[in-house]
Amino acid sequence: MSTQNRFNWQKAIQLGGIAGLIGVLIALVGMVESFDHRDIVAGAISMGWTMLLLTVLVAAYFSASHQPSKSFSLVASGITGFIFSLVMSLLAFLIENLDLRQILVNASPNLLKILTLENGIPNGLISLIVISTIFGILGGALYILPAKIRKAISLGLGMVAFLGLMEDIIQVTIASTGSGNSAIGWMFGRGTQSGLSIIGAIVVFGVVIGGNLLWGTNAPKINAQVSKMPPNRQRSLRILGYGLILLVVLYLPVVLGLYLTEVVNVTGLFILMGLGLNIVVGFAGLLDLGYVAFYAIGAYTVGVLTSLSGQLSTAFEWNFWWALPVSIFICVMAGVVLGIPVLNMRGDYLAIVTLGFGEIIRILALSDFLKPHIGGSQGIVNIPPPDFLGVLLNKPQTLYYLIVAGCILALFVSQRLRDSRLGRSWKAMREDEDVAQAMGINLVATKLLAFATGAAFSGLSGTILAVKLGTIYPHSFALLISINVLSLIIVGGMGSIPGVFIGGLLLAGMPELLREFAEYRLLIYGALLVVMMQVRPEGFWPEETHKREFHEDAPDVTPVQEAA
Amino acid sequence: MSLLNIDNIHTYYGNIHALKGVSLNIEKGEIVTLIGANGAGKTTTLRTISGLLKPREGKVTLSGEDLAKYKAHEIVYKGICMVPEGRGIFARLTVTENLEMGAYSRSDKTEIQQNMERAFTTFPRLKERRTQVAGTLSGGEQQMLAMGRALMSNPSILLLDEPSMGLAPVLVELIFDIIQQINKEGTTILLVEQNALMALGIASRGYVLQTGQIVLSDSAENLKKNPTVQKAYLGME
Repeated sequence: MSTQNRFNWQKAIQLGGIAGLIGVLIALVGMVESFDHRDIVAGAISMGWTMLLLTVLVAAYFSASHQPSKSFSLVASGITGFIFSLVMSLLAFLIENLDLRQILVNASPNLLKILTLENGIPNGLISLIVISTIFGILGGALYILPAKIRKAISLGLGMVAFLGLMEDIIQVTIASTGSGNSAIGWMFGRGTQSGLSIIGAIVVFGVVIGGNLLWGTNAPKINAQVSKMPPNRQRSLRILGYGLILLVVLYLPVVLGLYLTEVVNVTGLFILMGLGLNIVVGFAGLLDLGYVAFYAIGAYTVGVLTSLSGQLSTAFEWNFWWALPVSIFICVMAGVVLGIPVLNMRGDYLAIVTLGFGEIIRILALSDFLKPHIGGSQGIVNIPPPDFLGVLLNKPQTLYYLIVAGCILALFVSQRLRDSRLGRSWKAMREDEDVAQAMGINLVATKLLAFATGAAFSGLSGTILAVKLGTIYPHSFALLISINVLSLIIVGGMGSIPGVFIGGLLLAGMPELLREFAEYRLLIYGALLVVMMQVRPEGFWPEETHKREFHEDAPDVTPVQEAA
Repeated sequence: MSLLNIDNIHTYYGNIHALKGVSLNIEKGEIVTLIGANGAGKTTTLRTISGLLKPREGKVTLSGEDLAKYKAHEIVYKGICMVPEGRGIFARLTVTENLEMGAYSRSDKTEIQQNMERAFTTFPRLKERRTQVAGTLSGGEQQMLAMGRALMSNPSILLLDEPSMGLAPVLVELIFDIIQQINKEGTTILLVEQNALMALGIASRGYVLQTGQIVLSDSAENLKKNPTVQKAYLGME
């Protein structure tokens, strides 16, 4: 009875310990040190410290959530922060007194300097403990605050971190447009400093919080007003909205410049693949781990059909626009060919077979057997860029439109399919194959259509990749791409179309932008997936049905009474 | 000519000979029950009729038409619908969405609407919970949903696999009342049950299945009086 109201020491200490271990891990893999060159807020908070403080903040938040009352929550989160700092201090102490570098290369004097804020032991450790405890309490405070304000603050912090991280790209982009550089110069660190300036950080934080709170209180009113309007006005409002979005999308490459457009293009190709895999995995529930195969088939088909290199056995030298439909058709056929042998497989077995299929395609592309036809390990070179009404699509800024067109097409098709009779049968098949069949659904046709549609989107993406790069090699089609696309869907929300876009931006776009930290890409990736599955298993923007699955405890109807 | 006729079917699971020459026939408008112990082949019989399993020998005919050439999903269009054991509802879809899935084989919108209303009148409880996720329904409600969904395809014959399984006695009675009501409205029913007493109570005829063979077939009244049945299935000495 009393456990309900007692202070939960165990959780507070345990979470502090876990946070400490994570902190030690982050420090020892070298993230703290190598991230320390970059500031989020110039001269105040470095990226390395941000990682550590974020760890404390999150651990303290969870620690607070295990306590029975608000005051207990604050104390517990403080304790969690304190324990964290003790573990980190221990690390600092060990680095100072023992030579750990023989085994742990990153346990360097430099790391010690960072941890102790360049004040040495013991003065620096005191600062470390005080800062950690304060951030612990802040994490606890965040838990106590009402959800609305918590969301605003998290968003504000997130925005500061994001802008701080992207500072150089933003500055370069704005400088390249030639205007407004001085207008926002005050926001960023001066000279060699990176990140936001202190004033900039405060302003961004304030604006985001204010905007979020204003939107939160006014959005229901605005929505109500919109829904009160006559239907034709609502319709024209919606068309206006779409028009605006379209205009922004069309104008984007002009603003973004070369590098950022390239990032958007890479993201777009992943989104295109994601939309396809979303049909196979999200809609139809068929776990496909060899999805990269269709990407490769699409790329190779276009490569073979259009290459001007003269090194392949047959020189088709077709125009891209003739090769494109052929390539997609071949991908659809490949989808069906893969689909037939796996018709009777489910779950894990299906995953293993598709995994094998993906590898077979890559190894075939590498093989000497097919070398005369598709180039073997030397790949296919000299794939000409497509020509659209006299405009050569050979720059990121022009290819962008091809990719956007592909994404819009895929988006439209996915959306229409989802709400169609076929979409229904995919959904039913995902839920229960036997029952679906007992409802009159043709499982064979439904499965094959899912594989074929997914393959078509992936093939389209591969086709564009081939003309974008101009050369293709077998190693561009590694298993990791399949895994990336699958993670993108999981993070965004299985079966959710907007989720694919979010997942694509997070898992394909962000890593492109943060190339300098590519070393830690997979580590961060893995950590993100683990955290996602624990905290928000339904994804960032879940589809309705999946949301229900994970929140059955909150039914939309009053509790059921069992009676006759 | 009977509505459904099963003639000497042999069904296998790999090498296991599950049905060893089962024959039975069902007339239009009847409730026929198939009783038997665990593992006797009751569910296998239903799965063979609905096309999920194919017999190696023998044939299933519906109004004289051999069903061997049809796949499981096509048999639904022929008018045979099964409510699988353990109910097999789409747990993450809502009640209405489940019912809509049941009408997958129909294309006439007004008819679907009528069927939906019929399902809601037959099962008023489902109407109350139409927006609820099916997985959160109680066991009895899930059974009702599975039956309601099967009715959405407007079957001429409904195959029910253990509708009483896992339900409280009071709910079992309710479900059996509803089965009778569905039958009165014109749907022929083949009922597979372990609860032999209840099943024989509403059926007109019954078959007793033992290790893949029909060992007895008679009117429900006579089966209830049969000493072997009483001893083996009704728990009477």
